Amino acid sequence: MEFTRRGAIALGAGVAVTLMLPARGALAAAEDRIAEFTGGAATGEGGITLTTPEIAENGNTVPIEVDAPGAVSIMVLASGNPTPDVCTFNFGPLAGAQRASTRIRLAGTQDVVAVAKMADGSFVQAQNTVKVTIGGCGG
Amino acid sequence: MAEGVKPRVKAPKSASAGETVVIKTLISHQMESGQRKDSDGNVIPRSIINRFTCDYNGQNIIDVTLAPAISTNPYFEFEAVIPDAGDMKFTWYDDDGSVYEETKSVAIA
Amino acid sequence: MKMASLKTMTASVATLALCAGVATADENAELVVNGEIHMVTRTDAPEHLENIDVIRSGWTFRTEETQALQLDDFDNPGMIFVEEAIEDWDTVEGSEGKACADCHNAVEDTMVGVRAVYPKWSEAAGEVRTLEMQINDCRENRMGAEKWGYTSGDMTNMVALISSVSRGMPVDVAIDGPAQETWETGKEIYYTRYGQLEMSCASCHEENYDNYIRADHLSQGQINGFPTYRLKNAKLNSVHARFKGCVRDTRAHTFSPGSPEFVALELYVASRGNGLSVEGPSVRN
Ligand code: HEC
Ligand code: HEC
Repeated sequence: MEFTRRGAIALGAGVAVTLMLPARGALAAAEDRIAEFTGGAATGEGGITLTTPEIAENGNTVPIEVDAPGAVSIMVLASGNPTPDVCTFNFGPLAGAQRASTRIRLAGTQDVVAVAKMADGSFVQAQNTVKVTIGGCGG
Repeated sequence: MAEGVKPRVKAPKSASAGETVVIKTLISHQMESGQRKDSDGNVIPRSIINRFTCDYNGQNIIDVTLAPAISTNPYFEFEAVIPDAGDMKFTWYDDDGSVYEETKSVAIA
Repeated sequence: MKMASLKTMTASVATLALCAGVATADENAELVVNGEIHMVTRTDAPEHLENIDVIRSGWTFRTEETQALQLDDFDNPGMIFVEEAIEDWDTVEGSEGKACADCHNAVEDTMVGVRAVYPKWSEAAGEVRTLEMQINDCRENRMGAEKWGYTSGDMTNMVALISSVSRGMPVDVAIDGPAQETWETGKEIYYTRYGQLEMSCASCHEENYDNYIRADHLSQGQINGFPTYRLKNAKLNSVHARFKGCVRDTRAHTFSPGSPEFVALELYVASRGNGLSVEGPSVRN
């Protein structure tokens, strides 16, 4: 097969892989959101599980799950999106668990952050890097 | 009212009293982010579902705030406690003011 | 042959191609939809295939997260479009005042197995017909309604509805008899190098499947899963729309959806998947 250099480069130009971490601006916006959510209180670790794919085949539909037993609410942020807000889950008295999953949009490879507010007013945080590949081939 | 919006819910028809059950919901909705442009280069205005709630016999299970980063056809999976027989009410709030509702009855087995 | 091609890959595209690493799901994962439809996603290649021993559904090349979306109809966003088609199935249109349902009753009673054998020779028309062509024939000549655009949403949704009731059945298109000539044409197109990049379908889907092209895990380019719900555009995609995209990527002038060339190519590509299960609507990236 002739995958010529010229061919390969042309092909490379037609597709894009975004593996760079986001610019500082986006991260700062995410930090602002966390500060608003926590009222400036420090966030701890543990007691919250954020499940995300290691590699998302497309940034349009990335499945995520958050689970923080005993949480009142969980905020999810995409630190590398133009605006970091994704969603906030508020759990009511009949929630069977403080767990929820959804599908989100990621503009590129970045950290997804989840911050949970616990019943005692404390906060815990988890974050995962998701590599977003944008395969441009095959239409 | 946005076009083609249709809520779908997967919930058990019955449960034992006090049981925790898994609920799945999906609403067909474009979730226009407000960041895309049309072919003339004009920004397509944001139009999303911005809130979703699920209550059981008037008591809240979950109340979600959504941003444009939620994918097309918003999907949620969560858990609910079923204390007794009743109605589970699902409500989606659209940016354009529309409210979409669905109700599922749960019997005690 | 395969080794040689891999070497050239390494020399030229590998640095670009292999950067995202491997995100493949379990090689032996099984596709069981709704806990009841057991899909054949790997099986012996049909006899006419010379260069491949085992054929694999595109599902086996996707990541675990993408695969999971197809395990349950509620999780599969493609089923939203199937629901839309159920409405169309019952809607009266055209000068004859008829709906599909008036002649074909319930889709789950009359259309089982239909997807699996299309494209198929039509004796009446004297040509090989895709499902899309057959549906438009019914619309135009039996309902007196306007034809649907070949890759339009209405059409693709209807094809998905008709496919959905054959899920789990083996693809089994006929390639002999009156269909043979069309099949030969399709085969020729499959192996012809087109465009600036001088690549054929086989360059990617036969010689390089399981490799990564940039970050995309190359499959065998099977069509047993069509229409496919793609995460990329959040809608159902028809076979010819996908062909068009693939040809365009080689910088070639592409054939148009519904053209005799693409009909022939569809028959040939379908026959490469004889033995895999009908999966449509499936979920792909
Ligand atoms: C007036 C009756 C009538 C209506 C209305 C009608 N069809 Fe048909 N359809 C037929 C007949 C008769 C055949 C068999 C034709 C043939 O073999 O050439 C057929 C064949 C088909 C087939 C091929 C079945 C096979 O086993 O190969 C499909 C698919 C189909 N129709 C889909 C549709 C759809 C979708 C609609 C609505 C958009 C529709 N039809 C509306 C009469 C109808
Ligand atoms: C430059 C490489 C390349 C060429 C040449 C190419 N394709 Fe593809 N094709 C891809 C990529 C990349 C994908 C997406 C990943 C995958 O499913 O393989 C794809 C996907 C597909 C799919 C979807 C498979 C599924 O399971 O959903 C089909 C069908 C397909 N191609 C058919 C063709 C046909 C027919 C041709 C020749 C006209 C062709 N391709 C030529 C790269 C190519």
